[in-house]
Amino acid sequence: MSKPKVAFYWCASCGGCEETVVDLAEDILGVVEKVDIVLWPVAMDFKYRDLEALPDRAITATLLNGAIRSSEQEEMAVLLRRKSQYLIAYGSCAHLGGIPGLANQFEREAILRFNYEEAPSVVNEARTRPQTVTEEEGRRPHLPELRHVVRSLDQVVAVDYYLPGCPPTPNLTRAAFDALLSGRLPPKGSVLAPDIALCDECPRKASRPADVAFTQFFRPHQKVLDEEKCFLPQGVVCMGPATRSGCGAQCPGGNMPCTGCFGPTSRVRDQGAKILSSLCANLGAREEKEINRVLENIPDPVGTFYRYGLASSRLRRRADLTNV
Amino acid sequence: MVSSSQEVRIGFYVCHCGHNIASMVDCPEVARYVETLPGVVLSRDYKYMCSDPGQELVQQDIREFALNRVVVASCSPLLHEHTFRKATAAGGLNPFFFHMVNIREHDSWVHTDRAEATAKAKALARAAIRRVAHHRPLEVKQVPIHPDVLVVGGGIAGIHAALTLANAGRKVTLVEREPTIGGHMAKFDKTFPTLDCAACILTPKMSEVGAHENITLWTCSDVVKMDGYVGNYTVTVRRRPRYIDEELCTGCQECISNCVYKEPKFVDEFNEGLGKRKPIYIPFPQSTPQVVLIDPEVCLNFKRGVLTDRCKKTCVEACGDRKAITFTQREEIRELQVGTIIVATGFQTFDVKRAPQYGYGSFPNVYTALEAERLVNASGPTGGEVILRDGTQPKAIGIIHCVGSRDKKTNRWCSRVCCMYSMKLAHLLKEHSGAEIYNFYIDIRAPGKSYEEFYDKLNEEGVHFIRGRVGEVTDWAMTPEEEGKLIIRVEDTLAGFVRRIPVNMVVLSAGLEPQADAQEVRRLFNMSCGTEGFFLERHPKLAPVNTFTDGIFIAGCCQGPRDIPDTVAQAGAAAAEALVLIDRGHVEQEPNTAYILPDCSGCKSCLPLCPYTAITFDATTHRAVINEALCKGCGTCVGSCPSGSIGQNLFEDEEVFSEIEGVLSE
Repeated sequence: MSKPKVAFYWCASCGGCEETVVDLAEDILGVVEKVDIVLWPVAMDFKYRDLEALPDRAITATLLNGAIRSSEQEEMAVLLRRKSQYLIAYGSCAHLGGIPGLANQFEREAILRFNYEEAPSVVNEARTRPQTVTEEEGRRPHLPELRHVVRSLDQVVAVDYYLPGCPPTPNLTRAAFDALLSGRLPPKGSVLAPDIALCDECPRKASRPADVAFTQFFRPHQKVLDEEKCFLPQGVVCMGPATRSGCGAQCPGGNMPCTGCFGPTSRVRDQGAKILSSLCANLGAREEKEINRVLENIPDPVGTFYRYGLASSRLRRRADLTNV
Repeated sequence: MVSSSQEVRIGFYVCHCGHNIASMVDCPEVARYVETLPGVVLSRDYKYMCSDPGQELVQQDIREFALNRVVVASCSPLLHEHTFRKATAAGGLNPFFFHMVNIREHDSWVHTDRAEATAKAKALARAAIRRVAHHRPLEVKQVPIHPDVLVVGGGIAGIHAALTLANAGRKVTLVEREPTIGGHMAKFDKTFPTLDCAACILTPKMSEVGAHENITLWTCSDVVKMDGYVGNYTVTVRRRPRYIDEELCTGCQECISNCVYKEPKFVDEFNEGLGKRKPIYIPFPQSTPQVVLIDPEVCLNFKRGVLTDRCKKTCVEACGDRKAITFTQREEIRELQVGTIIVATGFQTFDVKRAPQYGYGSFPNVYTALEAERLVNASGPTGGEVILRDGTQPKAIGIIHCVGSRDKKTNRWCSRVCCMYSMKLAHLLKEHSGAEIYNFYIDIRAPGKSYEEFYDKLNEEGVHFIRGRVGEVTDWAMTPEEEGKLIIRVEDTLAGFVRRIPVNMVVLSAGLEPQADAQEVRRLFNMSCGTEGFFLERHPKLAPVNTFTDGIFIAGCCQGPRDIPDTVAQAGAAAAEALVLIDRGHVEQEPNTAYILPDCSGCKSCLPLCPYTAITFDATTHRAVINEALCKGCGTCVGSCPSGSIGQNLFEDEEVFSEIEGVLSE
């Protein structure tokens, strides 16, 4: 009997998710032993035409990381969906849009203008911008087009499972492989992590007082942080209460607050709105002026509360959606 | 019982409400439209859904068409939700499979375009149809009411409420922080406008409280904690020591006459500091309970409140075998179970030093109105003779109204009683001293029974009324006649010029304010305050003694300034409201309560948010717990739970979201 085929692919991502696969360390050998890797551009050389030549659903599982922001990524997502029995959104970007999703705060034109013309480090007097088709020495090379918005994988194709995290932890990855190989799979659409918020496994949980009554917020670098006390009473925004657990509370363990990369629990539709609702309700200030003063200490609310989830949130994008 | 997995069969009814709805909404058209929506089995329009035939129609249809959901589009749920839930239940369904759409207050009454109003009615109906499919059967729970009552505050309001309840056979605990009940009224000489002696009408009621078999009276006591919910409150009371065993003291007061201090030399609070008392004392002759007390701050046997045993203790000798004096008495913490609570914590008078232009504290012959009450009182420090702090008797007295009332700089409200008590004091001071009396007023407010007549009477008695807010009280004489007198400078707005009136005595009619600790009391009993700090009634007209917390009622000046007749009426009303709950024996609990899902991470974000303190943290499971009986279904915790781990009956996410989608889709 032939071994199950597995594919790894990356779209708009930083490469950290690929790193996690390698972080499986010696366990990766066990995985490699049990499966045939048919696509892994970061590590091995495969051609897209080989992939296209595979029969549909020939790949048992594809782990796709990164958000979808270019025409090429969209094309590959559609192709991999067709070739795979299970398509797994791997990591925050594929799951929720991730950090690249923060680009949805700006129109595409503004992004291109800044990056190719206005950024202080750019020298581009001809104001040249990437074109989808160019003519050079008689050849016509094609480049992918940048889409108007950044999307999570499930905004482009149907997704069977999600592995959350920036990046997903080796433990969760290993557990996902075990589940896949043994066929013991939860209902489709599940996020393969516990459905309870991070506080549940946070070692600082017991030190959280009932009433934090925020009077001032600090960013982690503005304060010497107590290594054992809950971040919220220290005035530091921690996304833990609004974020799925399963990471082992690694950031709080390293004396940094949770930034929310595992996304919300299944019961929440908009992680940023939920933590905002909770934090604002717990403000100590009651007068509008005083409330504004306290909130001014959070200079980048979108980057704080929607760091990973902007693309999949209910917020409208600042983009022209007529031509996606 | 219908399970949610069964096919949804909705009956829809749109009510004309006579012309109220039908004149602006095309009801037959709404009915025709809703009939086309998924899950709708029948759709009707009807003239008056709330009428008996309308309700019967619903019941019949449920049976005949095997409906398992009912939606009525009519008026506000405040009016008829209960009616239609009852009809749904009578048809054999769980009443919470019913949902109501408001197309009157929210639609026909506020629109002027029939086509738009009809479109809106359709959208609202569509939302309800989508929502009701997700409804689940719910149960109305009954919570029993503990029959005992706590009354907080022993002024005339608390006394009257406690007696009303006790006479109806209820057990009442009356908690008062002073050593005696009686409150402000006990300090008054006479009451307006009838001029009955305040003590003559109050002290019999005080003694009745002291002797009543159904009343437990705790003086020198404060409520420090309240837990629980309507019908089941646990109240913690701190009883401060009075160093006298209340059971053993007979009130003979021999200890007072035998105190090592032969003469009283300490400030007498009851007489507003105008008189003196000993370290062992009784506030006033008719104090209730008739039990003395020891002030450890000045008693020789203590040093700054700490027992030293350095006095000869002649008081103990005098007490003899009664053995009522117990220097070792300690503070006690007592717990009470009650079903209802009446808060009657009264008021404080405006601190007249906040109006320094009137010279209180600088000129000895400037008095507050309460001090003036004590001066004219036969049992007061001067035996009712008007003898001033400098030992003289006044020939002319000025009474300044509205001190700390109707004033943007201090308190904006009218204190309601000052005009009347100022006129009462004018009458009494004139009677007791024969002096000329000048009243300085902005407006005379005398809107009670026989009040205007009292004003007329004062005019006939020759009391002077000068209309104008007094500018200042000064001792700077400009003419020989003004030498050695207090001069009241005022613009007489009727005469149209500034006058200087020399007098020997000035009385400042201080306004009424919330007690200094009103905010703490508010939090303690889970009440709200208005902007001025008085406790807020649930509805200013229709629920004047109720608060926003069920089972907690308010009476008297803690809710706002008022006179004695109004206070007594309100105290009676509060007692009656408590009796309503007690006699019914239980309250029904709306099932729209919030509940914690097993996936709560124990982040505690919800704990401080609950306005009804219904959420606690279970230290063994590390999860939040909602006390269903306390929850009012406000949804604050539900919306703010960062992991979506709090649900709410009747407001489940799928119900609310499908409702929103229903409104927005077409």
